[in-house]
Amino acid sequence: MTTNNPGPKSTAAHRAAMAGAKPMIEIRAVQKYYGDYHALRGIDLTIRAGEFFSLLGPSGCGKTTLLRTIAGFEDISSGAVLIDGQDMQQVPANRRPTNMVFQSYAIFPHLTVAENVGFGLRRDPRSRAEKAAAVEEALEMVGLKGYGSRASHALSGGQRQRVALARALILKPKVLLLDEPLSALDRKMREQMQVELIKLQRQVGITFVLVTHDQEEALVMSDRIAVMFEGQIAQMDGPEALYARPTSRRVANFIGVMNFLPARVLGETGEAVQIEAPGLGRVDIPMANVSRADPGDEGPSVGFRPEAVSLVAPGAQGANRVAEGVVDEVVYYGDMTYYDVRLDGSAGFDGQARPVRIAMRNVFGREVQDVGTRANVSWSPGSLVLFR
Amino acid sequence: MKGGGLRVYAVVYLLFLYAPILLLPVFAFNSGTIIAFPLKEFTTEWFAQMWGNASLRRALANSLTIAVSASILATCLGIFAARASTRFEFPGKGPVMGLIMLPLVLPEIIVSISLLVVLLSLGVTLSVLTVIVGHTLICMPYATVILSTAFNSLDRSLEEAAYDLGETRWSAFRLVILPLVMPGIISSLLMSFTISLDEFIIAFFLAGNEPTLPTYIFSQLRFPKQIPMIMALGTVLVVLSILLLTIAEYFRRRGIAKTGAKDTGGFL
Repeated sequence: MTTNNPGPKSTAAHRAAMAGAKPMIEIRAVQKYYGDYHALRGIDLTIRAGEFFSLLGPSGCGKTTLLRTIAGFEDISSGAVLIDGQDMQQVPANRRPTNMVFQSYAIFPHLTVAENVGFGLRRDPRSRAEKAAAVEEALEMVGLKGYGSRASHALSGGQRQRVALARALILKPKVLLLDEPLSALDRKMREQMQVELIKLQRQVGITFVLVTHDQEEALVMSDRIAVMFEGQIAQMDGPEALYARPTSRRVANFIGVMNFLPARVLGETGEAVQIEAPGLGRVDIPMANVSRADPGDEGPSVGFRPEAVSLVAPGAQGANRVAEGVVDEVVYYGDMTYYDVRLDGSAGFDGQARPVRIAMRNVFGREVQDVGTRANVSWSPGSLVLFR
Repeated sequence: MKGGGLRVYAVVYLLFLYAPILLLPVFAFNSGTIIAFPLKEFTTEWFAQMWGNASLRRALANSLTIAVSASILATCLGIFAARASTRFEFPGKGPVMGLIMLPLVLPEIIVSISLLVVLLSLGVTLSVLTVIVGHTLICMPYATVILSTAFNSLDRSLEEAAYDLGETRWSAFRLVILPLVMPGIISSLLMSFTISLDEFIIAFFLAGNEPTLPTYIFSQLRFPKQIPMIMALGTVLVVLSILLLTIAEYFRRRGIAKTGAKDTGGFL
């Protein structure tokens, strides 16, 4: 996980302010067919003003199609798209209050940086000097002050990205649409741009809608995320809720890593579901952590994140429960070590061994355990999610 | 010496290709009326004779009119065809594009005769105009191929970006697409111009009694004393062609350098 998230994004105050904001984009029962192909299967979605919203999903899930219907590049087969309360049915892309940053950036190669950024101002009645000042201001905002006279084809990937941003933002759109804007950058540049985009969004206060297939990117940048599969929204939530309480195995698998163990439901009270899982024994799972299984799943299962459990010294006392097992594999990353541990008795109902992955932050003075040694895994019922 | 045989082959090949053309200026400035060595004295008489020849000037004017018109027509139509084939999906796209390319492989004599039959049965008088129509037809495949390559190399989102930034479909095309495919347009104009200028068969069948340069040259070959003048004419044409190609290539390379695109060869 990236560690340079600037943070304040997810404060309670910020969340409260977001929840009260007026809707900026309303998508109502939108269907989209390409011939026989059903690309969008009834999308209902409200994006609030000033929100950083992400559409996350694997390629072909319809997220880009959805973004393009907001931009006006694609017609919808049925349903409605409203921007700032206005129905966009009859409004073509060039008159919508949206601007787009394209995956390829679409920088006009025959124009200079300033001409690119000022492209949208051609029909602006302001004087030449005022427009030049606006271009300079936009360039400064994205950290490209003084680059105006450069030839745009001589820019690096990160610089092209910034030009595309400045070009889209100079028109002060109500919504900025970003189509996988960081996918062409190398890892370091991408992480830097993620932070810059968050800061930029907070600075301009414009609603950002980001399309990405990178779950980490979505978690780092978004106020809310819609996870899409096969033309439908599978779950829509804030990053933390999405990570901690995925409502289906599919979402859990798509966002981060999750360990799954088969489970047997023993009983249910109003507050919790009692289950039995191999290696963990009997556990009461609070109702808030109970999600539905997907149609393809083989029976109920219980899941937990690798960092929600930890390895402890033998005989350690604590509030958590401890399961024992054998270290099957060790992957050392410097700051982290990943252990695959085969819990005793985890062969379970079907006799199939399922090592679970455990992520441990390496602290000074604690040795990395060897393969084949005994391991004590500390866990708590609150960190489990039941899919049934 | 490494690759000795291949080197000899390359030299012989190039000599075969260009030596006849190199002989043109030699005999154009030779005062002898017979095209044979040894050379006689230096003279510019044939150039003067060429300049004073009214029917040659008329043939030249016809040829230039035809070549300019046909290249512009073929390029404009080629832009439509290339854009349609690279941007849109429509039923029958494959066959339609195939039919546009067909004149490339059809024997020109067949095309000429069929055109002649159709035009005559429609009651059209043969003139420079009918040659323009015929030349546009045979230049179209070249123009379409060159322009399709140019249009294909463009990122589709460039146009969408311009549209998204408030331009209309047409102004987006004019401001973004047109400048970027300009090298392709120049190539297409030039290619079509060259093809039209030296085309003989269609001009021979469809021109009626209007001469074009190739048909005029052909008609003069029957008169031996006209041959030195034809040599002079050939010299002028070769020099003009080289000049034209150089200018076009210069602009093409400048265009590429300006957009920072990778040089994909053009046709030079």
